[in-house]
Amino acid sequence: MKDLKTPKQLRKEGWKELNLKREPFEIRSLSNTTFTGVTWTLALLAAVPLFSIIFMLLKNGGARLFGPEFFSVLTELPPAGFEMGGGIGPAIVGTLVMVAIASTIAIPMGILTAVSIKMLGSDSKLARAAHFTAKVLTGFPSILAGVFVYAVLVISFGYSALAGGVALAVLMLPTIIIATEEALGQVPKRMTDAAFGMGCTRTQVMWKIILPTALPGIMTGVMLAVAGAAGESAPLLFTALFSNYYLSQMNEPTASLSVLIYNFSGMPFDNQIELAWTASLVLVIIVLIFNIFARVISRKKT
Amino acid sequence: MRRTLFDRKIGKGITRPPGNLEIYSDAGFRAFSIFCAWSIILLILFILWMIGKQAVPAMEKYGFGFLTGTTWDVNKQQFAVLPEIWGTLYSSILALIGGGTLGIAIAIFLTENFIHDRLAQAFRITVELLAAIPSVVYGLWGIYVLIPLLRPVAHWLHEHFSWIPFFQTELSGPGLAPAAVVLAVMILPTVAAISVDAFRQIPAKVKEATYGMGTTRAEAIFKVLLPTASSGLLAALVLGFGRALGETMALAMLIGNSNQISLSWFSPANTLASLMASSFPEAGGIEVQALMFAALVLLLITFLVNLGGLYIQQVTMRKFEGVK
Repeated sequence: MKDLKTPKQLRKEGWKELNLKREPFEIRSLSNTTFTGVTWTLALLAAVPLFSIIFMLLKNGGARLFGPEFFSVLTELPPAGFEMGGGIGPAIVGTLVMVAIASTIAIPMGILTAVSIKMLGSDSKLARAAHFTAKVLTGFPSILAGVFVYAVLVISFGYSALAGGVALAVLMLPTIIIATEEALGQVPKRMTDAAFGMGCTRTQVMWKIILPTALPGIMTGVMLAVAGAAGESAPLLFTALFSNYYLSQMNEPTASLSVLIYNFSGMPFDNQIELAWTASLVLVIIVLIFNIFARVISRKKT
Repeated sequence: MRRTLFDRKIGKGITRPPGNLEIYSDAGFRAFSIFCAWSIILLILFILWMIGKQAVPAMEKYGFGFLTGTTWDVNKQQFAVLPEIWGTLYSSILALIGGGTLGIAIAIFLTENFIHDRLAQAFRITVELLAAIPSVVYGLWGIYVLIPLLRPVAHWLHEHFSWIPFFQTELSGPGLAPAAVVLAVMILPTVAAISVDAFRQIPAKVKEATYGMGTTRAEAIFKVLLPTASSGLLAALVLGFGRALGETMALAMLIGNSNQISLSWFSPANTLASLMASSFPEAGGIEVQALMFAALVLLLITFLVNLGGLYIQQVTMRKFEGVK
């Protein structure tokens, strides 16, 4: 210890103290401040469209929806040409029915496939190939699901609610598989180890330990997939087309909110354009409800 | 009396080895698993085969010229998609420049101590909600909000800078610029989410070492964190690009559906997906087959791009495996 020199001695020997302080106006500080400012601006800029969209939806679509016309807008048939009033009833029913069909097909299939991939383990080439396929499918354009179902069902049976539902199911399937796989992977290994140690078979571990534990995570993924399907329109153009009337049979062209918005947005009539905004508001509300559900469930898990 | 460790009579309580029935059901379920895993692989092959089968007549008729010709004329029965391929790539690249910059900026904003954790959480949800808004709603917003907003800007740019090829025409309504802006907003959540993952994968000691050297935040990000996360960010950009390529409805409503090849940002254009969406409902006969051919082209392009993105993502994950 006595060998150490004090700062005073060092200074006497000619050592200079290094200034480690960063001055607020030196180049480095200034460029750092600029960078911080730019990042803030860009981040806030990205949030502008969301608020603009929500504001415009409430402004242009809210008048009809939250006014005295509430029930008539939600139940009446869409108006023709120069007609006033009218509503989006058939489209709401059509969207809900097709999403329900898609969910009944895609949710069990998706969860089963994810469970299967997990059962086979990451060593299995087949499981890896299946996982990869699902990953690739999530990146596919949604319109291709429509083209595919058009080729399989519509060419021989015509446009129908059923075909629309199947197309949405094809879209939901990979999303559900990937989300479920992720949720299954988050189950702690010590839980499965304990179960194996007690003499469980792999199947029992999967059904009695992993699946119940991962259920909230799976539900979150499923809800997000349902929300995504509700907002899809490209595949429905090829499979369900559109209709001005309420759905009476599963094998008829069927209205949906998204296709209604697409059709009405290009029309030269103010009434139709206003209805398109109202339909958008309703659609966004439906999608947001599923999104909020998904978040509530995932919060419960943690 | 001979007793084994797993004697049923003793182990009646909690632990016991699986019985015959359980072993068989396990084997059965495993077989079922193999079937399920195959079914998803078969599904993608089935999709390819069905679309391919429909496209065969058009393939035979138009062959390679389908990719190099520039007319899509139902009356003359001439179909070719070069303008659509150009429009698809051009609009996606423009969207990627905008959406990529914003997405990576958001990822930096969320991961590098810009705001309090709670606020960052709220901001992340805001960005995720952008992904939840349906494509048609973006289209509607684009027509009635964005285009009127862009018009004076486009007019001014055209007036003063018309010698730049990007501004050589007037924005007369729908066009490439509004389409690209909406596309950029739509791919932003994808890019941001994958980029956030890329930044989170950087081991904490790298960051500690960097700041320990006395760097400013800007220096740390530009000189250390961005290069370290570069492959993950590349994956984010490629996957975002893949999403932009396949986006349909918003583009069908905003891009103007006109088959021309132009560098101008303000002239109408067309993409493969919006061509399909706008022509399909009224198409019949050979046009349907030509559209199927176009679908196959789109499928191939997105498949290759996604494959590239997933590959880069995989490589990135392996890169950090041993470090943590």
